[in-house]
Amino acid sequence: MSVAISIRGAVKRFGGVTVIPGISAEIEDGEFFTLLGPSGCGKTTLLRMIAGFNSIEGGTVSFNGNVVNDLDPGKRNIGMVFQNYAVFPHMSVAKNIAFGLENRRVPKDEIARRVDEIMRVVQIEAFRDRLPSQLSGGQQQRVALARAIVINPDVLLMDEPLSNLDAKLRVEMRNAIKEIQNKVHITTIYVTHDQEEAMAVSDRIAVLKGGEIQHVGRPQAIYQRPANLFVSTFIGRTNVFECELEGDALTLCGSVFKLTELDAGRLPPGRARVRASIRPEEFFITDGDGVRAVIDDSIFLGLNTHYFASLADGSRVEIVQESTIEEILKPGAEICLGVKQQKINVFDESGGLSLMKGVLGGDAG
Amino acid sequence: MTRARRDAWFFIGAGILILYSVFLLYPLISLLAKSLIDGSGNVSWANFHKFFSRRYYYGAVINSLKVTAAVTVLSVAAAIPLAYIMNAVKIRFAGAVQILILISMVSPPFIGAYSWILLAGRNGVVTNFFKSAFGLKLPDIYGFGGIALVLTLQMIPLVFMYVSGALKNVDSSIFEAAESLGCGNVRKVTAILVPMIMPTILASGLLVFMRALADFGTPMLLGEGFRTVPALIYNEFMGEVSTDKGFAAAICVMVVIFATTVFIAQQYVSHRKSFQTSALNPIEPQKARGARNILAHLYVYTYVVLAMAPQCYVVYTSFLNTSGRLFVKGYSLESYRVAFSKIGNSITNTIFLAAVSLVIIVIIAILTAYITVRRRGTVASVLNITTMFPYIVPGSALGIALLLTFNKPPVLLSGTAAIMILSFVIRRLAYTVRSTAALLQQVSVSTEEAAISLGASQMKTFFRVTLPALLPGVFSGAVLTWITILTELSTSILLFVATTRTMTVAIYTEVLRGNYGTAAALSTVLSMITIASLLIFYKLTGNKEITM
Repeated sequence: MSVAISIRGAVKRFGGVTVIPGISAEIEDGEFFTLLGPSGCGKTTLLRMIAGFNSIEGGTVSFNGNVVNDLDPGKRNIGMVFQNYAVFPHMSVAKNIAFGLENRRVPKDEIARRVDEIMRVVQIEAFRDRLPSQLSGGQQQRVALARAIVINPDVLLMDEPLSNLDAKLRVEMRNAIKEIQNKVHITTIYVTHDQEEAMAVSDRIAVLKGGEIQHVGRPQAIYQRPANLFVSTFIGRTNVFECELEGDALTLCGSVFKLTELDAGRLPPGRARVRASIRPEEFFITDGDGVRAVIDDSIFLGLNTHYFASLADGSRVEIVQESTIEEILKPGAEICLGVKQQKINVFDESGGLSLMKGVLGGDAG
Repeated sequence: MTRARRDAWFFIGAGILILYSVFLLYPLISLLAKSLIDGSGNVSWANFHKFFSRRYYYGAVINSLKVTAAVTVLSVAAAIPLAYIMNAVKIRFAGAVQILILISMVSPPFIGAYSWILLAGRNGVVTNFFKSAFGLKLPDIYGFGGIALVLTLQMIPLVFMYVSGALKNVDSSIFEAAESLGCGNVRKVTAILVPMIMPTILASGLLVFMRALADFGTPMLLGEGFRTVPALIYNEFMGEVSTDKGFAAAICVMVVIFATTVFIAQQYVSHRKSFQTSALNPIEPQKARGARNILAHLYVYTYVVLAMAPQCYVVYTSFLNTSGRLFVKGYSLESYRVAFSKIGNSITNTIFLAAVSLVIIVIIAILTAYITVRRRGTVASVLNITTMFPYIVPGSALGIALLLTFNKPPVLLSGTAAIMILSFVIRRLAYTVRSTAALLQQVSVSTEEAAISLGASQMKTFFRVTLPALLPGVFSGAVLTWITILTELSTSILLFVATTRTMTVAIYTEVLRGNYGTAAALSTVLSMITIASLLIFYKLTGNKEITM
C-alpha cells in the first residue's frame, strides 16, 4: 500500500541553528518526487525527517493523513536507499534482501519467494550468494534497492543513491530506478544535487535553497518557466541580462523584443528595470534583425557547438547551435543573434519573482 | 538515532556508569580523602607538607619527570624514522623485522631491564668482555641512563605501531606532489610527513609518557640510588620498615594531578592539529640505492639487535647450569626444574586472571564504545569522560586506591582474585574503549539506519549488523589486551597474595633474590606464552594487523 505524504510547516533545528525554517509540500500517492538543490540546501535533512532519523521541531509530516512525527523509523514502513548503499557487509545478497522480511516475521517460504522475485526485478539473481565486497558499486546499489522495495514499503526514500557511481553507470541505474518505480508504483522521494538526473526520473521536482522550497513543478515547467532567477540559473545553463521592460516590449542591448507570454497582472508600471534569462539554445544566428555580437571562442561537442560571444555593451553570452556541416565560426566573426521569444523568461529586478504566465500553473503536475 | 530516549541503551549506559562510579570514582575519592588525613586522624595538609619538605620525596618526582620526558622524546624520535623506513624503503627480511618488533613490544618491560643487567650490569658479559679484552670500562647501566635506555627500547615499538598505522593513511601522491615542487628527502619527512601525522605522534607520545611514568619494574631493578615515584609509592605502602598509607595516598594524588595536567595539555594541542586523511594509493616500499639503502638497513637492524639481543640472552642463560646464584659452565634444564617446582600455580593464575579480565573488558568496551559514539545525551557524555580516567591513573596509584577502599566489609576485596581482575579491567578498559570507538566510527551509521528502516529493533540492529562488523577489529585489539595483562607488573605487585601470584610477580621476586637462572627460565616460559598467543591469533585470523 503506497501513501500520499503531506508536509506542513516542518521545522528542523540543530542546536540553535535553524536549518529548515518551515517547509510545506504535498506528495501524491505513487508519485516520483525529487528534492533537488545545491549542497547544504536541506534536502537530505528533510528526507531524514520523513524517514524518522531526524527529529521534527515544528509542523507535521503525515502519511495518508496520519501524523508520523513521533513514530520510530522502523514503524513507518519505509524503504530507504542510502548514498553509500549501506548494504550489510557480512551478509550475502540474499540475506541482505531478506533482512527486512525476517523482521516482519514473514514465513520462510514466502521470504524465499519474494527475495527471488525482487532479485529478478532488479537483475541481481546471479549474485544471490555473494558478499557485498564481491560486487561492483552498481550491483551493490541494486541490492540496496531490492532490500528497500521487497518489504512493500509505503514510501521509498532515496538519498543521492547514484552519486557514488561513475557517469555511465549513473545513467543506466537511473533508468533502471525509473523503470522499477513504474513497475512497483510506490510513492518515492528522491534526493539529488544533479539536475539532469532529477529531470530524468521525476514526476515532479522541488528545488530547494537555504531550507526553503523555491519551485515545485514538473521537470518541463521548472526548466522552461522557472519561478525565480535562482531556479533558472540552477537548472541548466542560462544567460542573464539587465534589461528594460515597458508594457510587452523588452529592450535588450538596443534591440526590442515583443513578448507574448508575460503575466499582465504582475508587470511593473511604466518603464522598469528587469532581469531576463535566455538559455544558450534559445538564441539563433540570423542574417536579419537582432542583437549584434562578436564571436570570442567556440567548443565543438559533436551534437552541438557552443559559441562564446560579446555584445556591444560588453556582456558575454553563451550560444548553443546544432552542429552544421559548414565551417565553425572563427573568433572575431560578427554575427546577429535572434531569440526564440516565447522561451524568454523575465524576472523583476531582484530576480525573486517571475513575470511570466503559467509559472504557478506548472505546479499542478 | 539523534534522540536520547529511555530505551535499552539508556539502561545499559546507566549500568556501566554505576560500575565505573563504584569501582573507579569511589576508590579515587577515597584515595584523595585518605591523603588529607594525617597520622593522628585529623584533616590536614600534613602529608603534602611532608612530601614537599624533603628532597628524598619530591626528588623522586623530579627523577620520574626526567626519565619520563627523556623516554618520551627519545622513543618518538627513534620510532618515526623506523616507521618511515619500514614503510617507504624495501628492507630485506621486512616481514621478520615486523614480527621481531612486535615481539619486543609484547615482552614484559622489567624483563628487558633484567636482561640488560645480565649483559651490561656490573658482572654482565659485555662489561666483562670489554674489561678483559680492552681494559675498557663501559658506561654504567644503572641509574638514569640505564632506565632511559631500557624504557626507550621498550617504547619504540609502541610508537612504531601507531606511526605505521598513520602512514598507511597517507596518500603517496602527497609525497609525489612535494617532490614535484622540488622538495628533498629530508624535508619531505620534516615538512610534510611529521606535521600530517602529528595527531598520531602526540597520541603515541602520551601513551609512552603514561606508561613510562607508571613503570615499576625497570626503575626498581636498575634504579639503585635513582628513585622514581612508583618505587616510592611501593616502599611507602608496602615497605618493611614503616608504612604510611596516608602519605602513600598523597603521593598517588600528586602523580594523578601531574598526569592529568599532561593529559589535558596533550588533548589541547592535538585537537588543534588534526587532519582528515585517507589514502587511495598508500605509500609502497621502494627499493633504495647506495648509501641511502645501507643507512636504512643499518638503522632498522641496529634497533632490532638492541631490542632482541637481551631477550635472546635471557633465553640462552635459562639453559645454563647454575651453582647457587651463579651461572657456571655447561648446559642443562636444571633452571626449568627449579622454576616449575617454585612457581606453584602462577601460570594457571596468570592465564585465569587474564582470561576473565579479557572477557569482561571486551563486553564492557563494546557496549561503552557504542554508547559514546552513537548516542547523545547526558549518560553518553558523562560516560565518555569517565572512560578517560584510567588513562591518568598510573597502575600503582590505582592499586593503592583499590586496596584502601575495598579492604573491609561489606566489600572486602583485598587478597582476592577479584581485586586483581578489577585492576586489570580498569587499567586496560580505557584503551579498548578507545580502539573500539575508532572501529565503530568506521562502521557507517547508514548501515544501522538501513536495518532500523527495515524494521529491526535497536538491539537486533546492534547484534546482527553492528557487532559482526566490529568483531574482527575487536578481536585483534583483544590480543594486545591479553598480552598486556599477561605481562603486567606494577599493579599486580601491590595486589597479589600467595594464592593470586602471577608469573610476572614470580619472575620479579626471583630476580630480586638473585636467582637469575630461575628468573631466566620463567621469563622464557612467559615469552613463549605471549609469542604463542600472537601466533595463534595470526593463524586464526590470517590478520597481520594488531590494533592498540
